[in-house]
Amino acid sequence: MLTTEIAVIGGGPAGMNSSLAAAEQGAEVTLLDRNWELGGQLVKQTHKFFGSENQYAGERGIDIAKILAEKVQTNNRISVRNNSDVLGIYHDGVLTFKQGDKYKKLSSRQTIVATGAAEKFLPFINNDLPGVYGAGAVQTLMNQQGVLPGKRVLIIGGGNIGLIVAYQLLQAGVSVEAIIEALPQVGGYQVHKEKIERMGVPILTSHTIKKAYGEESVEGAIIGKINPSWEIIEGTERDLEVDVICLAVGLSPLVDLLYPLGVELTYVPNLGGFVPKRNEYLETTISGYFVAGDCSGVEEASSAMMEGKIAGLSAANGISYSKKFKEKVKESKEELKKLRAGEVAREVRAGLKEVSISK
Amino acid sequence: MSMRISEHPILEEKRGEEITFTFEGSELTGYEGETVAAALIANGIKVFRHSPKDNRPRGLFCAIGNCSSCLMNVNGKPNVRTCMTQLKQGMEVRRQKGKGKIIGGN
Repeated sequence: MLTTEIAVIGGGPAGMNSSLAAAEQGAEVTLLDRNWELGGQLVKQTHKFFGSENQYAGERGIDIAKILAEKVQTNNRISVRNNSDVLGIYHDGVLTFKQGDKYKKLSSRQTIVATGAAEKFLPFINNDLPGVYGAGAVQTLMNQQGVLPGKRVLIIGGGNIGLIVAYQLLQAGVSVEAIIEALPQVGGYQVHKEKIERMGVPILTSHTIKKAYGEESVEGAIIGKINPSWEIIEGTERDLEVDVICLAVGLSPLVDLLYPLGVELTYVPNLGGFVPKRNEYLETTISGYFVAGDCSGVEEASSAMMEGKIAGLSAANGISYSKKFKEKVKESKEELKKLRAGEVAREVRAGLKEVSISK
Repeated sequence: MSMRISEHPILEEKRGEEITFTFEGSELTGYEGETVAAALIANGIKVFRHSPKDNRPRGLFCAIGNCSSCLMNVNGKPNVRTCMTQLKQGMEVRRQKGKGKIIGGN
């Protein structure tokens, strides 16, 4: 069996920052990631980030991924295991994972779970047809693999992800036929919305999708305007000829490893679904198990990075690597507070109140 | 219109070596380092498998190894996540029917 002081699951912004923070305190870290390269979902974010210099504001996500991965890979206290799917976490500090075709075990004193989130799905007729993609998949194909998902796209969801993906599709030369949003107004930033509208993409609020159609893959979609009871108003149905339907209807935290462990979860719609309860040091209801990033509540990569720091510092502190612990945690908490200020993070703030415990 | 992006305002073209692989026995071209799923979509192939119960077509959905929609038979092995598998020269890729047969099993 392999051993380490701190196991970190997930090599995205939260996991990489957790690993770095813990290693800088002196702990020995093993970072497990299921992909062949580190970065998580940063590797497809071509837009520039907000925040402060601590979250690499002004840089594009793809570049932040490179900076952090380089720091992790050159840190001799961190050992990285790529192509490693963690299969289960057990109470005695042992986790099992599959690296390539090999089944392995790792024993650790502390564990940080930073598994991220998964795309939400939407019920409509023929939603299983090839050509229905999650917004993240469209970004992966275009921005990471350099391949277009299709020629004519319908985007469902007018939040920031839907608006940003629309812009990225236009940048890549794909036609965006429409963005539809069930609410009477779009949820994304006004600046993104106006940019898309200026580029000639119709944003249809109070609209939903009724069905997709096509023989073996998407050939079109029927959409319609909805009334306040969310029923399609007769006579408003329209047929859009598209080969891609892109779902940008939100994300759910990936808590699959935490649930069987017995960590207490609670359902908080403002944070994307079931999320782990945790204290201010991001320790869950089971001692020695920490969370950071989207798996503890869907937010932005910037806050994931700050949470990663806090979880890394706290996990290291738990095994007596406590150099300037309080001071460093305080600094990251203040950064987080700034990121969560303002109107856009109101729901996140409300959600966090429901999951915070004192311990 | 090619499905491969050749010009982009932000991203640089950084494809690996051009390689060949087969899909359902026919030879196709792809690039070293890209995923099997991306290579198929670049070649206009959207149906990756058929579902076990109702034989419905399935393709790529999440592209990050979460959802199992893109499972295919690669080099004789079923249930391979093609969105997480990098393309190699000479790979044999086939559509998967149903749950797939495990090597050596029935």
